[in-house]
Amino acid sequence: MVMLCIIDYGSGNVAAIANICDRERIPYIITDDLNQFETATHFLLPGVGAFDPTIIKLKESGILSALETEVMAKGKPIMGICVGMHLLANGSDEGDQPGLGWIPGHVTLIDTSELHKPPHLPHMGWNSIAGDATDPLLQGIDMDHGFYFLHSFYYDAANPGDVVATSTYGSVLPCIVRKGHVVGAQFHPEKSHSNGIRLIKNFVGLS
Amino acid sequence: MMLRSRIIPFLLLSGKGLVKTRKFEDPKYVGDPINAVKIFNEKEVDELTLLDIGATASGKGPDFDLLQDIAAESRMPLCYGGGVDDAQTAARIIALGYEKVSVSHAALERPELVREMAARVGRQSVVVTIDVKKEGIFGSNYRVTSLNAKQKHKIDPVAFAVQCAELGAGEIVLNSVDRDGMMQGYDFELARKVRKAITIPMTVVGGAASVDDLRTLTDEMGPIGAGGGSLFVFKGKYRAVLISYLRP
Repeated sequence: MVMLCIIDYGSGNVAAIANICDRERIPYIITDDLNQFETATHFLLPGVGAFDPTIIKLKESGILSALETEVMAKGKPIMGICVGMHLLANGSDEGDQPGLGWIPGHVTLIDTSELHKPPHLPHMGWNSIAGDATDPLLQGIDMDHGFYFLHSFYYDAANPGDVVATSTYGSVLPCIVRKGHVVGAQFHPEKSHSNGIRLIKNFVGLS
Repeated sequence: MMLRSRIIPFLLLSGKGLVKTRKFEDPKYVGDPINAVKIFNEKEVDELTLLDIGATASGKGPDFDLLQDIAAESRMPLCYGGGVDDAQTAARIIALGYEKVSVSHAALERPELVREMAARVGRQSVVVTIDVKKEGIFGSNYRVTSLNAKQKHKIDPVAFAVQCAELGAGEIVLNSVDRDGMMQGYDFELARKVRKAITIPMTVVGGAASVDDLRTLTDEMGPIGAGGGSLFVFKGKYRAVLISYLRP
């Protein structure tokens, strides 16, 4: 049975995710209590703000080492959202701290030189996505309608094979990355209506 | 496909309820915010902005309990403005589940606030809303106002937008006092001037009366935020309350 752990470390919108879980009858816990991590089958790692303070908070709370055990040793799926996704990379131009390095790549500023009129940054609003329609994460997703984006930095994945979907803004940007059971989403599924709900349901379907 | 323009209902909080004004005056009660959010969820709205028009003027600041209830209900991106005058308050609102926090009066009093907010919550979450009123014999001058258009400021709106963008704002919202609630179309003249001067995203609000008004703006200036107040809460010339949503 699924038990989704929404990691509550003071970064990101846990209430909106919980509301979707209530509605979709996905069993969940919202917690920063490491003792409860063992009971979870899946992890959602939200994140807003800058890279360094977010990863420092995760390290100092002990959440990071607990996730190493649950996700990397035991193989439980995790999805990082927005800055939570960026933490999965090796590092970020937005900060000096090393990332988790769970999906090889580097977080870097979006290149706006090909955007010939304003707006430039941040990338704000609804954008379509393109990707491998056979991936379990994209089942039932309306890719033309896409998702809500709000960011200036993006995940430059080292291996094309880890990129499930891209969006185009100035250049082609990875917006869903996945290496096995480790998933990152650049946009905000919890604020992307039916597509977002669908993605969260697809994620908890991963094993 | 590409980045699309955002069609944004602007809801005005007054106490625990929602109101709609005309020229920033004459607030008419239009309902309960949680109920409105539920309706806008069902309509899959692009983005929603909530402005507490009493928070700064009354000195009470944001109603965090109400904001928390609203955020928990919302499945769409949210921006909140009203009574925010330091970076810590902005961070607290972001933590409640808002994507963006807007400042107006406080940024006019102390522009450095914009930089402090950007450092704390990230540029992408910092919005500066500029309430603009036309002045002069021919209505040819634009004047920046705050405190529900009661206070006038010397700075030119274009210059203020540029200053805020340089300090780290992620978006400028241009709010026309004269057109608020009048449903006679957007102020394109000012929107064009500001669009030419900054590269960050912007949203225009004040005057939208129809889907054609939204389309005219997004066709010319998209991707852009096209805001609406009366358009999404009233139906007909007698201003009967009806929450609705339209996209061009």
